Amino acid sequence: MLTIKDLHASINGKEILKGLSLTVKPGEIHAIMGPNGSGKSTLSSVITGNPVFEVTHGSVSFEGKDLLELAPEERANEGIFLSFQYPVEIPGVSMVNFMRTAINEQRKYRELKPLSATDFLRIMREKKELIEMDNKLANRSVNEGFSGGEKKKNEIFQMAMLEPKLAILDETDSGLDIDALRIVAQGVNKLKTPENATIVITHYQRLLDYIIPDFVHVLYDGRIVKSGTKELAYELEEKGYDWIKQEVEA
Amino acid sequence: METKLADMEKQYIDLYQTHHDSIKKHAAPVTNTYRDAAFAKFQSLGFPTSKLENYKYTDLSEVLSLDYGLNINRLDFPLDPYQVFKCDVPGIHSFLYFVVNDGFYPELNEQNEALPKEVIICSLKEASGKYPELVNKYYGKLSNDKEDGLVAFNGAFAQDGFFMYVPENVQLDRPVQLVNIMRADVDFMANAHNLIILEEGAKAQLLVCDHTVDDVRFVSNRVTEVFVSENATYEHYKLENTHVKTTNLSTLLIEQKASSNVLANVITLHNGMTRNNIEIDLNGENCETELCGMVIGDKKQNVDNFTSILHNKPNCHSQELFKYVLDDLAKGGFTGKLYVAKDAQKTAAFQTNRNILLSRTAKMRTKPQLEIYADDVKCSHGATIGQLDDKALFYMRSRGIPFEEARLLLMFAFTADVIENIRIDALKDRMKMLVEKRLRGELSKCEGCVICQ
Repeated sequence: MLTIKDLHASINGKEILKGLSLTVKPGEIHAIMGPNGSGKSTLSSVITGNPVFEVTHGSVSFEGKDLLELAPEERANEGIFLSFQYPVEIPGVSMVNFMRTAINEQRKYRELKPLSATDFLRIMREKKELIEMDNKLANRSVNEGFSGGEKKKNEIFQMAMLEPKLAILDETDSGLDIDALRIVAQGVNKLKTPENATIVITHYQRLLDYIIPDFVHVLYDGRIVKSGTKELAYELEEKGYDWIKQEVEA
Repeated sequence: METKLADMEKQYIDLYQTHHDSIKKHAAPVTNTYRDAAFAKFQSLGFPTSKLENYKYTDLSEVLSLDYGLNINRLDFPLDPYQVFKCDVPGIHSFLYFVVNDGFYPELNEQNEALPKEVIICSLKEASGKYPELVNKYYGKLSNDKEDGLVAFNGAFAQDGFFMYVPENVQLDRPVQLVNIMRADVDFMANAHNLIILEEGAKAQLLVCDHTVDDVRFVSNRVTEVFVSENATYEHYKLENTHVKTTNLSTLLIEQKASSNVLANVITLHNGMTRNNIEIDLNGENCETELCGMVIGDKKQNVDNFTSILHNKPNCHSQELFKYVLDDLAKGGFTGKLYVAKDAQKTAAFQTNRNILLSRTAKMRTKPQLEIYADDVKCSHGATIGQLDDKALFYMRSRGIPFEEARLLLMFAFTADVIENIRIDALKDRMKMLVEKRLRGELSKCEGCVICQ
């Protein structure tokens, strides 16, 4: 589904990703862990096409297509979704309008007719229930004045609406209390099918108690330096990242 | 250019000296009272140049150096606005009036029959003949003292205008719509002087639409005086949708008496060169004032909104909000003068001007100008010039919304609060549609009248 080969990317001339390779197949959940500054968020930005990063080498293909050739909106409409670490507030754009535009653009891309207003509102209601989102939030401007937890819930709500093939959750657990974490994780699990895949980027093992990964990768200094199963996450939680650093530098 | 401008000034001065009898003969009688004095003032002031502090963002020398026709002898222009225009703001049900160039078009509209009998809406000339006492009491009271070349020029050359009188405690339940249409076969200038009077406890909404029909150069120089008495409520919407060869010079002077409520919303959707002078004097306690506006400019369009709110009495509240979206080589100017007199205690006055430049070549100049002489007041101002939020753009694109569409949503969101300040629902809905159309670039020239086509 997603194949990343020897990816190098930089921001303002500073190289962050230094030869990263990763393969994700349908139905899989991959966790990417790593210390601060190792390039976790850069990876999610590059996959989704954030123009502030420059890809200098390597390839990313998604279902056979060269992802790096596509605009961010095309990548989204191909089925890639990023749950932002810091969701952006957009004053003046209502959640309803935002979501309806996104859904209908996706449908246009896939040569489907726009959803009727009633169908749209019905789907919106169903998905809100799925993640126990407050009704009021849907009537407000996108993320404006939302608490940290509400913003993260809103990301998963959008994910539920857009039904991506590949979801990247960038530090979705940060800023969440235990209850919100549970709800968000349950939401992600309910959306799981054998056809779609998830990349979970996280600092801590905590989220992985709820979203069980098939693979755990350790990102350090712009490369994946160690891969394993969920047991690796426990090991990291117990021992921290220092031993990885020592292993790499040895 | 300056010598050319001086030449044109000389021509207008000669024109006046030669033809002032004809000007007066065909004018509303009341406009002749101050005509010579206004002319003398224009002789000494001339047209305003960008050397003047209040005009530093507007360079009129080029457009005013051209030779325009004037219709001093009040010849009829062959145009039936009722044939040319159909208002298509769904559900607005306005009382509808037309001014072609500077002449009030004879009223033929059956939807105006429901206008309460005691309300007077007609040409200034007719009003001046039929109700001289009323008209003389107000005419020129706000404009005569202005040290402004455009206002003086208007005083010398304006012969007629729109007149509206709403007596005590009469509340109009439908908006009054005034459509100004510029039409001529040659480059043409019109000067009009409008007079609007609301007596105590009266209520009225006026929607002024400025439009151009013919593809020639136009200058319109309009002065509008509005008197809002105690406890009266007045809403003034000015919507400009003119072509790029238009120079629209508009002076809106409003006086508020105690406990009156005024909303002025000045929207420039499409234009050539526009200068709006908007001056609101709060001459009574407990006034409420909301002044807002928006500009969407591209190509070489030029819009300068000069605003002034004078808090002369205590316990008044004013709120000001202007937003500009500028692209290409467009230029915007904003001045927010806010004056709080020494004894105008408990004043609350807030001013915001926010601007987005979509290209590096667009220019915005903004100047908050607060003069506060009272010591127990709440005043604030804020002015920003920036670009669309890149992070928000990427966020929207990452949800599948194409770049252009995301930009549009952001621009539309940016202007949304000005549109929210429209209190006529039908007009608000229509404006949302028009602004979106304009931002999409589908309103690239004046389409006759987008409001009333």
